[in-house]
Amino acid sequence: MNWQAVNAIYRFEMSRTMRTLWQSIVSPVISTSLYFVVFGAAIGSRITEIEGVSYGAFIVPGLIMLTLLTQSVMNASFGIYFPRFTGTIYELLSAPISFLEIVLGYVGAAATKSILLGLLILATAALFVPIEIAHPFWMLAFLVLTAVTFSLLGFIIGIWADGFEKLQIVPLLIITPLTFLGGSFYSTSILPPFWRTVTLFDPVVYLVSGFRWSFYEIADVHVGISVGMTILFLVLCLAAIWWIFKTGYRLKS
Amino acid sequence: MHSPMQSIISVSNVSKTYATGFQALKDVNLDIRRGEIFALLGPNGAGKTTLINVICGIVNRSGGDISVDGLDILKDYRTVRSMIGLVPQELTTDAFETVWGTVSFSRGLFGKRKNPAHIEKVLTELSLLDKKDDQIRTLSGGMKRRVLIAKALSHEPKILFLDEPTAGVDVELRKDMWQVVRALRASGVTIILTTHYIEEAENMADRIGVINHGEIILVEDKAELMRKLGKKQLTLELQKKLDAVPEGLAAYDLTLAPGGGELTYTYDTQGERTGITALLSDLNKAGLRFRDLHTTQSSLEDIFVGLVSKRQ
Repeated sequence: MNWQAVNAIYRFEMSRTMRTLWQSIVSPVISTSLYFVVFGAAIGSRITEIEGVSYGAFIVPGLIMLTLLTQSVMNASFGIYFPRFTGTIYELLSAPISFLEIVLGYVGAAATKSILLGLLILATAALFVPIEIAHPFWMLAFLVLTAVTFSLLGFIIGIWADGFEKLQIVPLLIITPLTFLGGSFYSTSILPPFWRTVTLFDPVVYLVSGFRWSFYEIADVHVGISVGMTILFLVLCLAAIWWIFKTGYRLKS
Repeated sequence: MHSPMQSIISVSNVSKTYATGFQALKDVNLDIRRGEIFALLGPNGAGKTTLINVICGIVNRSGGDISVDGLDILKDYRTVRSMIGLVPQELTTDAFETVWGTVSFSRGLFGKRKNPAHIEKVLTELSLLDKKDDQIRTLSGGMKRRVLIAKALSHEPKILFLDEPTAGVDVELRKDMWQVVRALRASGVTIILTTHYIEEAENMADRIGVINHGEIILVEDKAELMRKLGKKQLTLELQKKLDAVPEGLAAYDLTLAPGGGELTYTYDTQGERTGITALLSDLNKAGLRFRDLHTTQSSLEDIFVGLVSKRQ
């Protein structure tokens, strides 16, 4: 293993985060706070408790997931797309590094950033609503697994995209809608049976449900299924990345 | 076959066909000797960059074998790549990164431990040390080119590829770069450079290769080429056309132009005697009269253009 290279890529990506600190850290925190003001305080005050949890506290895991998913995808896709766009990818391709090391460096940095953001949002949320974490280990496990999985997805998008438009399409048109529909702000149990079945095809349902269970022990689907699905997405993303590097798709002519 | 000790890069029957069907390299064979400066000349689109990119692992080859220091470039890619530094043709840089940051990043990427003393040395040699904390986007084109060279040297490579290193660089800077390249060669680094500038190849290279339409059409020692350059031709325009060169002049190895109106004599300016006086006297004895005469000397550029146009 060329750990020096993994470290170099990781540090390079993290320093990019520090250079764009305002955009990377501050803006997601501000927008999450706004969600609290709107959904938690304004609308939430008129909504009764959901399964014994106040609405403001109920949406915290969903809000963290929303940021975690979009930021993981955005960071990782931008991280690998930018060298392709500027041409500096030549250095990665000619360096004595394996594809695994490239992925570790880029995805590791993107996931770290998302996890930090998730924890920051959790801390911000704690200022607005009282938060209990019933299963801290599982909470962290879901946080890390989801951040890694969606950073891998972002990495795939960053390699697939051949323009900035495509880079934006997936987070904006797929991830965000799926997160909103996936029970971030409500329990899917309140939906009519038909729509409840439809949501089972939304992968985000499993992530949000498992994550929320780690806080309040309430879940739309069994936590075991949530863990299984999260690992399944992880494996699917890893398989796609393995194929990309094996074929050199969009990287090598 | 070449001796592995002498040859540091060995390219055998390498071909590359892009997905568009364009054949960029056709059965290329090339050996680069350890410690030499090899200049690869060729017009645009000849396959220079493709060949470099194939050796460096940026482009997948369609066929053939490549070994570096006796190791296969795919099987032993880690060892091979850690030996190679590449300066690409395009000025591709991380605009917002600092000079120090980007050069240190390259060193790490190539698996080397941090060594600020080495980075400082490289930046000093390239006159970049005072710019070390500047963002790359603030630098001039020539400075960016130096940053790319510094990145390629950050991991102490044994082999350096310079793809058009002086394209768009002013004369002063070009000469500075030649100095740097010579110093690197003196330290034992093998250098392969591609260039459009014949002057550059003449000035720097130990050997010269010419590539056109994806084929290597000439590889020769520069000294040998220069010896050819040292030859001049004397052309005599005859008053009366000849059917053949008279027997009495056979020793001069004259060439009769088609049509029989011109005789050409090739001589070596480096030699002790050119033989011109004797030739003129013998021509007189043979009763040949001429209307005019002129001499020509071919340059590397003529040889290059001649070779390239012959294959068009």
